[in-house]
Amino acid sequence: MEKFTTLQSKAVPLPMENIDTDQIIPARFLKVTNKIGFGNNLFRDWRFDDVDKPTASFVLNDDTYSGKILVAGDNFGCGSSREHAAWALADYGFKVIVSSYFADIFKGNALNNGLLPIQVSPEFLKEVLGLVTKRPETKIIVDLENQTIQVDGIDLKESFEIDPYKKLCMINGYDDIDFLVSNKDKIEAFEVNRSKKESIVI
Amino acid sequence: MEKKTLFDKVWDSHVVSEVPNGPQILYIDKHLIHEVTSPQAFAELEERNIPVFRPNQIVATADHNVPTKDQHLPIKDLLSKNQLEQLTKNCEKNNITLYDLGHQYQGIVHVIAPELGITLPGMTMVCGDSHTSTHGAFGTIAFGIGTSQVAQVFASQCLLLNKPKSLRVNVNGKLAKGVTPKDVILYIISQIGTNSGTGYFCEYAGNVFQEMSMEGRMTVCNMSIEMGARGGMIAPDEVTFEYIKGRTFAPKGEDLEERIAYWKTLPTEEGATFDKEYAFNAEDIAPMITYGTNPGMGIKINGTIPVNEDESFLKALDYMGFQKGESLVNKPINYVFIGSCTNSRIEDFRIAAQYINGKQKASNVNALIVPGSQQVAKQIQEEGLTAIFEKAGFEIRQPGCSACLAMNDDKIPAGEYCVSTSNRNFEGRQGQGSRTLLSSPLVAAAIAVEGKIIDITQYLN
Repeated sequence: MEKFTTLQSKAVPLPMENIDTDQIIPARFLKVTNKIGFGNNLFRDWRFDDVDKPTASFVLNDDTYSGKILVAGDNFGCGSSREHAAWALADYGFKVIVSSYFADIFKGNALNNGLLPIQVSPEFLKEVLGLVTKRPETKIIVDLENQTIQVDGIDLKESFEIDPYKKLCMINGYDDIDFLVSNKDKIEAFEVNRSKKESIVI
Repeated sequence: MEKKTLFDKVWDSHVVSEVPNGPQILYIDKHLIHEVTSPQAFAELEERNIPVFRPNQIVATADHNVPTKDQHLPIKDLLSKNQLEQLTKNCEKNNITLYDLGHQYQGIVHVIAPELGITLPGMTMVCGDSHTSTHGAFGTIAFGIGTSQVAQVFASQCLLLNKPKSLRVNVNGKLAKGVTPKDVILYIISQIGTNSGTGYFCEYAGNVFQEMSMEGRMTVCNMSIEMGARGGMIAPDEVTFEYIKGRTFAPKGEDLEERIAYWKTLPTEEGATFDKEYAFNAEDIAPMITYGTNPGMGIKINGTIPVNEDESFLKALDYMGFQKGESLVNKPINYVFIGSCTNSRIEDFRIAAQYINGKQKASNVNALIVPGSQQVAKQIQEEGLTAIFEKAGFEIRQPGCSACLAMNDDKIPAGEYCVSTSNRNFEGRQGQGSRTLLSSPLVAAAIAVEGKIIDITQYLN
């Protein structure tokens, strides 16, 4: 996994609420067996019309906006557990998603792919969405070590929460598999010591 | 001593160890896999040269991507074919049991595991599918995971997790005629919204759930994720034990009796506290239907769409082609889908068939019946339901996820409305541009007969 420490970037505003993972990557693109190229189909049905022509009004087709930060409405990533949604956002080039709320599974999937979900207050989100929309050149600075997000040049800053273990993983580029495999002795001991009635291996 | 909840008891008995200032290592008893979210996980392990740790605790089936017609023939869609072949190869290579197309146990992963007796109370269970919450109906901690986590469970039979907070939803009272488990869960989500469960594991309590069949409880727990909860649970009781007895892979004889004695110790203790709690009266619940593009946008079928000026709300109505404040009754419907991991069990088809018996579907309606598993398909046949559906003009297909997510050819055309017993009404969920209205199998059956949305309460008796 790629390491993440700080990021300074312009941002793309997507104020819609309850953006589900079916919108992020529709099911018909989940038929492949690798993780490559999902960015091409990110927000496919909002980004392209039914004859695959780019939809001019959609923000990713608007040259005014660019950057590695997506600022989205409340409850981002709800619905299906498909990790393909995190792969698509990362493959497209996003490193950070800012919202006032993230669905659990999406949040975990993002963190497992070096994509940082930053939960901010609804007030902060509203201000940032407004600013980024009106002034597309606005830069946002994310500092994972200090757990802060701020708008460059003005007094708009907030701290964010992240699980200390996950923070360590992001900063060092570790993932959970190495950690779990290194605990195999404990896991095997657990299997041996649990009572028969609790064990399901039949 | 602090009183424990059902969730606490099951969770705590599966904690292998704790990372200081970090998550816990949670042991996973059963891992269900399917073709869509597993290939990248197998590849990950291969790249790192890590073996599958406990292959005998994994069960695989083919469901998301399978055609529901002519399953004995080679699959025409090459991408789907390749993905299914990859699952077969991966399972063979790693000694994992696979119920592939053509196998008597094949079907939707959340339908087959309970019906085969694989799902048992008190266990932890995961699958790369958010509707894994279904299995919570047995008093099981069951939840959906991403593909990175699928790889973690392959490698270690464990996951690194922070213990979620606890939520209890109580529903007590007497349900009115025509109000089914699907209506109960659609009502709950319409009241508390699609994210009030985020960060929580839910327990459903009250006489309404106690009086439900296992099929009904599975429908309720299935949609826990639609209110944001990772999972939902119902305390195991005699209904649960009766359902499990005699199932193919369920424990038997003395072993079963010992386990039942243990399962009886699992329910939440009197006086245990929850981080959040909701209570609803059964009498307030009516047959439901959704009008928008998330499962929280539901109303009583004879109600009216709320009036709201919020941008996301208006976008949803625009997509659906509905107006705020209007009633849905009499809107013409051309597609009806009865299937999915929410409502494709035998009880769902019994309810639909009972209503349909002796009636005919409306001529404008394409009505699709997709059983959740080969076993359900067989049961439908044996109970004479097939004849009722066919006589009424419904099309019966072979088991799979089908039009719930339209990965195969079972797609609803753009702009068309589909009354569907599935779990998600997201934009394009049932095909690009399709418009989904979620309902119970009873409501879906009645709408198929009338060819338009009706106030079902006027049609019962």
